[in-house]
Amino acid sequence: MPTGPLIYRQRRVTRITHWVWAVCLGFLMLTGLQIFNAHPSLHFGRETGFDYDNAALAIGARQDGDSLRGITVVLGREFDTTGFLGVSGGQASAIPPALTMPSFQSLATGRVIHLFFAWVLVATLTVWLLFSAVNGHLRQLIPTWADLKALPGDVADHARLRFHHAAGYNVLQKLAYAGVLFVALPVMIATGLTMSPGFNAAAPWLLDVFGGRQTARSVHFIVMLGLVGFFGVHMLMILAAGPLNELRSIVTGWYRVDGGSDDHAA
Amino acid sequence: MITRRNILLGGAALSLSGCKLLDNLGGDDWGLRAALQATEHLTMAAQRLVMGDRLAPEFTDADIRQGQHPNGSTSVSSADYLALQAGNFQGYRLQVTGLVERPLSIPYAQLTALPARTQITRHDCVEGWSCIAKWTGVPLALILDQAKPLLTARYAVFHCFDAIEKGLSGEVLYYESIDMVDARHPQTILAYAMNGQPLPMANGAPLRLRVERQLGYKMAKYVREIELVDSFAGLGAGRGSYWADRGYEWYAGI
Repeated sequence: MPTGPLIYRQRRVTRITHWVWAVCLGFLMLTGLQIFNAHPSLHFGRETGFDYDNAALAIGARQDGDSLRGITVVLGREFDTTGFLGVSGGQASAIPPALTMPSFQSLATGRVIHLFFAWVLVATLTVWLLFSAVNGHLRQLIPTWADLKALPGDVADHARLRFHHAAGYNVLQKLAYAGVLFVALPVMIATGLTMSPGFNAAAPWLLDVFGGRQTARSVHFIVMLGLVGFFGVHMLMILAAGPLNELRSIVTGWYRVDGGSDDHAA
Repeated sequence: MITRRNILLGGAALSLSGCKLLDNLGGDDWGLRAALQATEHLTMAAQRLVMGDRLAPEFTDADIRQGQHPNGSTSVSSADYLALQAGNFQGYRLQVTGLVERPLSIPYAQLTALPARTQITRHDCVEGWSCIAKWTGVPLALILDQAKPLLTARYAVFHCFDAIEKGLSGEVLYYESIDMVDARHPQTILAYAMNGQPLPMANGAPLRLRVERQLGYKMAKYVREIELVDSFAGLGAGRGSYWADRGYEWYAGI
């Protein structure tokens, strides 16, 4: 555990927006999987191939003698995913009900919740962006040349679970947070809008950026998986770096940094 | 109701069985659902602001790679419809009623002789799939100009032949509506042909609506009558559309 002084590391806007979008992303993922279940396949291009195959992913169920098998086809390769995708608990369901909101099939309800939190997310990101641009928080997220030169050493430290507790972020943190805030979330919002027939009239060029509505839908799904991956690593890092200190900093703002002698405390 | 306790438990529930947290919203008269769904008005206002009267993207013949995937009702079995179909819809008349100066009853031959618009557009189903097809039909604005809507007319309601629901309590015929902004949009047409052929039964013969900047369920098939109204009172459950009455957004621009 770090033994240095407590420092005020996270401003109130940073803390509040962090928690608001954490809640938003949870609801968006669960309702997004509900929406996905209404048509559990992903395609490349402008439209969905019904008379031809442009599927990237397709999840379905197949009767095999007495048993119902869950089948997932990824880029033409078939996998038996019974128990998770296609069939779970003996019932046909592309994404298991435990991962969808509501837990029963209701596209309408899933859409209502999804579109509500989409607005909340956009509003929160806007507030965060404006405040962070003014208060200097944005600059803390952008890796400097010195950071990039320190990258190999930082990777090695993380691999050995040796964490530094400093006022600023280390380069892997910067890359991860900047990747989520400046790349993944904007791409999620843009691909979401690209799926909107109304927004297509306003900004048809978005369709060209993503290569068509169905590709945008696939990208929306894949980046979702990336965000889930980020969430998992984020949780692991918090546990490994000292969950109480990390949580205190994102709840109260106060963070204990390393003392002079225990720079490399785990 | 949502309580402070529910909200506090929300975080924990999300990690355990997040799916069930908002299951109550499935019952569509719950207050929280209505509150969340209020963002539909925000979505509509924002979209109208950024899109103005711009057109939905149009495609080329080379982009038509398959037939139009039929969905929802794909056939109609009522006697009056089947009789019309047997006569290749030559006996069909589109009724225009409600808040108009001149109620109309336009014969099929006259409809198809009016100036037509042809557009190759992408049809987006609320389920998530898309399909590109070529649609030919009469601009709805042209019909409205003939019928002369009263100033009080706010919506065009489409009454259809197809029984989308057949239950013990009888049949529910499909109904849908759009406001005058969408009704007068140049791409809003009453299509009688698809991909160069007369509109097939599965796709809504003899006449279906195209509202290209919204999702598929807005584009009523098997249109029998267009009624101009100032409110949705007396129509289904009062939300202006078969699917809106079942929890979907009335404005389906996303």
